[in-house]
Amino acid sequence: MDFIAMLALFVLAIFLGVELITKVPPTLHTPLMSGSNAISGITLVGAIVAAGNENVVIIQVFGFIAVVLATINVIGGFMVTNRMLAMFKRK
Amino acid sequence: MHISQSWIDIAYLIAASLFVLGIKGLTKPKTAVRGNQLSALGMLIACVVTLLDKDVIQYEVIIAGLLVGGTVGAVLAARVQMTSMPQMIALLNGFGGGASFAVASAAYFGGVSGPVEVISTGAAILIGAVTLTGSLVAFAKLQELIGGGSIGFPGMKIVNALLLLGSLTAIGFMLVDPSNSQLYWGIAVASCVLGLLLVLPIGGADMPVVIALLNSYSGIAAAAAGFVMGNSALIITGSLVGASGLILTQIMCKAMNRSLTNVLFGVMGEVGETIDADEVYQGKVKSSSADEIAMILETAQRVVIVPGFGMAMAQAQHAVRDMAEAMEARGIEVEYAIHPVAGRMPGHMNVLLAEAEVEYDKMRDMDSINPTFEQTDVAIVIGANDVTNPMAREDKGSPIYGMPILNVDKAKTVVVIKRSLSPGFAGLPNPLFAKDNTLMLFGDGKKAILDLTQAIKEG
Repeated sequence: MDFIAMLALFVLAIFLGVELITKVPPTLHTPLMSGSNAISGITLVGAIVAAGNENVVIIQVFGFIAVVLATINVIGGFMVTNRMLAMFKRK
Repeated sequence: MHISQSWIDIAYLIAASLFVLGIKGLTKPKTAVRGNQLSALGMLIACVVTLLDKDVIQYEVIIAGLLVGGTVGAVLAARVQMTSMPQMIALLNGFGGGASFAVASAAYFGGVSGPVEVISTGAAILIGAVTLTGSLVAFAKLQELIGGGSIGFPGMKIVNALLLLGSLTAIGFMLVDPSNSQLYWGIAVASCVLGLLLVLPIGGADMPVVIALLNSYSGIAAAAAGFVMGNSALIITGSLVGASGLILTQIMCKAMNRSLTNVLFGVMGEVGETIDADEVYQGKVKSSSADEIAMILETAQRVVIVPGFGMAMAQAQHAVRDMAEAMEARGIEVEYAIHPVAGRMPGHMNVLLAEAEVEYDKMRDMDSINPTFEQTDVAIVIGANDVTNPMAREDKGSPIYGMPILNVDKAKTVVVIKRSLSPGFAGLPNPLFAKDNTLMLFGDGKKAILDLTQAIKEG
């Protein structure tokens, strides 16, 4: 992807993020943080490409570390967010 | 089986859209669970198509990583107590930063070329590493593995500035000679040290700001990793998370009447003359008993409960809910007043009260509950201190002057449940404790509430 297209995505997504997040009520700020942690685990897709690509030891080591950390974020983040939100939904 | 890049990009777009819808779901408690599930579905789609990418030619390392990470993540999420949620979030922020750091490192050793790739690789390493080590320090402080106060040494700011300048210079040199791996290690080590030094001097009261800010960094690091790999999913998601963290940081700073620079450099407000606690309290503090307070509550119509970090420390959220129910059984209207920086992270008190099955429409934020204190018979403050200190409103010389507070002192009677008269994070005496309409109920938070509940039921 060329640089300007990436930059455009970056800038527009920030504006979208600001619009969306200012509407989240303070009651849900903790689940918002854990939920955004979970989706920032999207780094996992980069990690998968790195870990599954070349047979160079140092790349594989970093790839493995990246997959482990990003997976903790994804699984841990979504599960803990779900746990919290279920409590808010109960009544 | 491999699929073409166009299909992968379309799948990423679907995933990113699901994340946006997921966050939109979080704008209402009713739709929030569904929102989280939509985000999770987006993540699943993104990961599955990536596994089918033509660049992915072997699966051993990936599977091993997924198993290890999945197990650790699931165990953490299932076991963590709601009171420990700030530590958990700090840890997840750190892992997110660490993952971007590792992805950028792998990309570097795979060979980077051209200014965009080199600069974004450098940025991802720098921000990712700062997020990783900074979050680990925040975790250690919150978990009380190290002291929660400010830790520093003279000249720390200069060292920090040199580390940052050094890293940026190294990124500059990397543009000229991308293959010199000494530059990589220099940036990596300097950034790790910088993350440690940035968070060590930040004290306990400022933790909500730091956690929110590191949350933002972890998003920006992911976006930078997206620039490295030319990956749209990472760029969109990273910027959403970056914006989210930044907004929360702003809200926290505003709620403490501090600028972000002041928090980051560990500067407290200007201290005028030191205020003598004895002078404020002498002969004016009235210690009370559970029975006496229960008698006052007998004629009350409206009670507001103000929870603070002390409630979390004492694990008293369930006891508080029971007490509220005992009052409601007597026809008293009960609401909860939650200051934005109560606890150690944004929304911490709300999660604890939700755990104790308090309905969310009874949890009121500062702006909506403050005008109601004048019609409130009894305000019960549990383990909150600075956020109720009237000096913030009245005393221009006070370091916390201008900080928005909960106006509990406007209630007819204020009950403060607290171990002793010790000051809060700001280190200031609280004139609220010495007001004519304030009664102190000294003791362990949970036990005092249980006693009070008992007395209400018997009364």
